[in-house]
Amino acid sequence: MTQHNRAKSDAFVPSGQIQFGVFFQGVNSGTIWKAAESGSQTDFESFRRIAQTAERGLFAAFFLGEGLRLREHLGRPHALDVVGRPDAQTMLAALASLTKNIGLVATQNTTYNDPADLAHRLASLDLISGGRAAWNIVTTDNAWTGANFRRGGYLDHADRYKHAEAFVETAKRIWDSWETPAGPAHRVLHEGQHYTVDVTPRLPRSAQYRPVLFQAGDSPEGRNFAARQADVIFSAHPKFDDAVEFRKDLVERSLTAGRGANAVQIMPASEFILAPTAAEAAEKKEWVRSLQIGPQQAVAYLEQFWGRELQSYDPDGPLPEIDPVVEETSETRGSGFHGAKARQLADQWRAEAKDKGLSIRQFVTSKTARIDATFTGSYIAVADQLAEYARVGAVDGFNISPWLIPTGLDDIVNHLVPELQERGVYPTEYRGNTLRDHLGLETPVRTADTAAEVVTA
Amino acid sequence: MSTSSPRQAGFLAIELDGAGWAGADIARAVLAAESAGFHAATFTDAPVPGRANALQRAAFAGPVSRTIALVPEVDTVYTEPFHVSTQLASLDYVAGGRAGWIATAAESPEAAAAVGRSSVAGAALGQEAAASIEVSRRLWDSWEDDAVIRDVATGRYIDVDKLHHVDFETPAGFAGAGYSVKGPSIIPRPLQGQLPVLVPAFLLGVVSPDAVDGVLVSAPAAELLTAEIRDVRARVGASVAVVAELDVVLDARGQAAAGRVAGIDSGRAVYAGSAAGLTDFLTELLKEADGVRLHPASLAVDLEELGRLVLPELRRRGALRPVVQDGTLRDLLGLQRPVSRYATATAAHAAAAPPALESKGKP
Repeated sequence: MTQHNRAKSDAFVPSGQIQFGVFFQGVNSGTIWKAAESGSQTDFESFRRIAQTAERGLFAAFFLGEGLRLREHLGRPHALDVVGRPDAQTMLAALASLTKNIGLVATQNTTYNDPADLAHRLASLDLISGGRAAWNIVTTDNAWTGANFRRGGYLDHADRYKHAEAFVETAKRIWDSWETPAGPAHRVLHEGQHYTVDVTPRLPRSAQYRPVLFQAGDSPEGRNFAARQADVIFSAHPKFDDAVEFRKDLVERSLTAGRGANAVQIMPASEFILAPTAAEAAEKKEWVRSLQIGPQQAVAYLEQFWGRELQSYDPDGPLPEIDPVVEETSETRGSGFHGAKARQLADQWRAEAKDKGLSIRQFVTSKTARIDATFTGSYIAVADQLAEYARVGAVDGFNISPWLIPTGLDDIVNHLVPELQERGVYPTEYRGNTLRDHLGLETPVRTADTAAEVVTA
Repeated sequence: MSTSSPRQAGFLAIELDGAGWAGADIARAVLAAESAGFHAATFTDAPVPGRANALQRAAFAGPVSRTIALVPEVDTVYTEPFHVSTQLASLDYVAGGRAGWIATAAESPEAAAAVGRSSVAGAALGQEAAASIEVSRRLWDSWEDDAVIRDVATGRYIDVDKLHHVDFETPAGFAGAGYSVKGPSIIPRPLQGQLPVLVPAFLLGVVSPDAVDGVLVSAPAAELLTAEIRDVRARVGASVAVVAELDVVLDARGQAAAGRVAGIDSGRAVYAGSAAGLTDFLTELLKEADGVRLHPASLAVDLEELGRLVLPELRRRGALRPVVQDGTLRDLLGLQRPVSRYATATAAHAAAAPPALESKGKP
C-alpha cells in the first residue's frame, strides 16, 4: 500500500530500503580467474551456487548478460579476461527450477532480437518461474555485432533508442494482449521502419502481469527512455553525491514523462570488498586489484585504445610514447576503441599519468570503471554507508558484480546483509512471490492503448 | 526376442507438451517420465495458444532430472541461427550433456508474419533447416575443447588459436534471403561437443543424412509405420537413428481407449487400446526402428499406464536399451564425442604459420 502511494506521488519519497541484485558477469575483466578459489565461468554449478546464495541473502534479482559477438582485441578474440557466457534466458529457465523467490533478469538486446520472439520467450520465462522474470533492455547498433545475424548492421546509431522504444512498446502490447487470464488474445500488429510484427500472442499474463523492465543506458536518450518505459534503471552512478544527482535527474524526467516521481527505481552497478576491519579490507582490495589488472591486462587495456600491439612496453614503466593508430576498423569495434578520438585521448592520458607519476599498470588500475563502483571497508562501516543511501533515497538498491565466482557473495550474505537488517534498511523476508512484489512495484493496468490492434511507427 | 533383431535394443522418448508451462508441472512430468524409464523427453514448439517456449521448458527440466535426455523442438526458419545455437549449447550445460535438438522447419504463415518475413514453403524449408543446422554445428565447434586454458603465468584465459571464426555463408541457389554468420560462438563448446540433431523425415533430401543424427518418421496409420521406417532406413543408412512417431491412447482407469480417442487428429499413427497390445506393437516396432517417440493423448493418464504396465514388460523382453546413469544423449544413441572440425586445421596451421600474436607477449 505504501509502495502504491509512493509511485503515484508527484513528490519523491525515499523507500528507506536497500535491495540487492547480483550480476553474474560473463565477458569481463573484473572477475578474478587466477586465484586458487576461482571456479568455472560456464559450469552450471557456478550459476547454481551464486543464485542460491543470493536467494539465501534475500536478493531481489539475479542478472545475466547477453553475448552477441565475442569481444576481439586486435582482430582476434581477447585472450586475457574472462570470455564466454551461456545464453541468459536458457540459464535462467534452468535456475528457475532451483530457486523459489529470486527475480531472474535477462539482458537482451533490442537490435538483434525479433520483438515477437523475444516477447514470447520472456513471457515464457515469466510463466515458468511463476512471475519472476525481468528484461534488462540494452541497445546495440554496430555492424560488427550484426555480422552474426541475418539482419546484419541495419540500424543507425541515432535511431537506436527510437527503435528500442518501438520494440518495447510492441513487447508490452504482446504481454497485454490477453484480455483476461483465460483469454481471448488480441492480435498485435506493428508496422515499423525496421520491421513488421503481426502476431496473435500465445501466452497469458503471468503472476506478476508481465516481466519487470530494467534499463541500462546512461545517455540523455537512455535516461528519457527509462523514464518513459522502465521499472528500474541499472545505473552507473553508485557514488553518494553522484547518486543523489542522478536521482534528482531521473525524478524530473519521470515527471516529465507523466509518471510518478517514484515510478523508476535505481540500482547502480557495484562491487563490494569487505572484511571484519578497515585495514583488512584495504589489504584485500590491493589483492583484488592486482589480480584484476595484471601486467598483461594493463598493456592490453591500452592496446584497445592505441589500436596497435604494445607488448614491448614495460607495464611498470610510463605510458607508450608511440601514437595510436587512429583509423577505426571494423575489427576493433566492440572492444572499446575510440576511433578518431584515440590520438587526443592518448595525449591526455600521457599527460595525466606523467603528472601523477603513474606507471602503465597504476594508470590502468585508476582508469578502470569499476573503481568508482566499489564499496570497501568493514562490514559495519559499509552497512552504515549504505544506510545513509537508504535514508535519503539516493538509490533503491545495488546490483553487485562479484569479483569471485562462485563464492563472491558469501561475505555479503553472511555479514553485510545481517548488519543492514539490524539497521532496518534491508528486507528480512521476501515480500511476496513475484519480482514485482519484492521490488514493491505496481501491477500494470491493461489500457485501451495497449489493446489497440494496429500501431504504426 | 531381441536375438532375432540385427540391431541393439531400442529407446523410448515421450513428448511432454501436455505438462503445461508451470514449473512445478514440468518438473513433475519429467520426473515421472524418468522414473518410468523413458530414455528421452521431447518438448514441442507448435505456435498454438498456451505453449511456452520448448527450449526453456527443457532447460527448466535439466537440473531436476538425472538420466533422461531433454530434446526440444526448435524452429530453423524464423529464428536466428546464432541464438538457436547458443541456446542449445546452453541447454547442454544445464542438462549435463543430455540435450538434443529436433530441428523443425515450420511451414507457418503465422510464424513468418510474427517476425515480418515472407512465408517459406516447399524445398526452401529444407534449405533453411540445412543452413541453420550447419551454422549451429560450426558454432559448437568454434571453440575447441581445451580453448579455456586459464594460464596464470602468461595471463591468458583462453588460447586464441583454439577459437575460430565460422564464416558461414548461405550457399549459392539458396531460395530465401541469403545471410552470413561470422562467429565464433559466445559460449565454449557444448559438453557433448555436438548436440545430437534430429529432423522430421520430410526434410531429408535437402538436409543431408550426414548433417543429422536421427530422423523422425511419421505415417498416417500404425500399420504403415514399418514400411516408412524401412524406406527412411534405406536412405540414411545404419549410422542415423530412425525414430517412429506414435500417438498413444490406452485403456485406463476403467475407461476404454476407444472412448478417449475421439478428437485426436495429429496426422500421426495412433495406437488405441490395451497396454498389453501396445507392448506387443512396440516390441515389433523396435525391431525396425532405433527408437519410438510416444505422444500420449493425456500425459497424466497415459504416462501412468506406460510406466506401470508397458515399459517394465518391454524391459523384461529385452526390447529396451538400459538407462545409463550420468550418460549423455550421444551415449544413448551410440555416438562418439566428435573432435572439433577446426582442431585439425589448427594443428596444420600451427606447423606452417608464424607464431600467433599472443605467443609474442612477454611471459
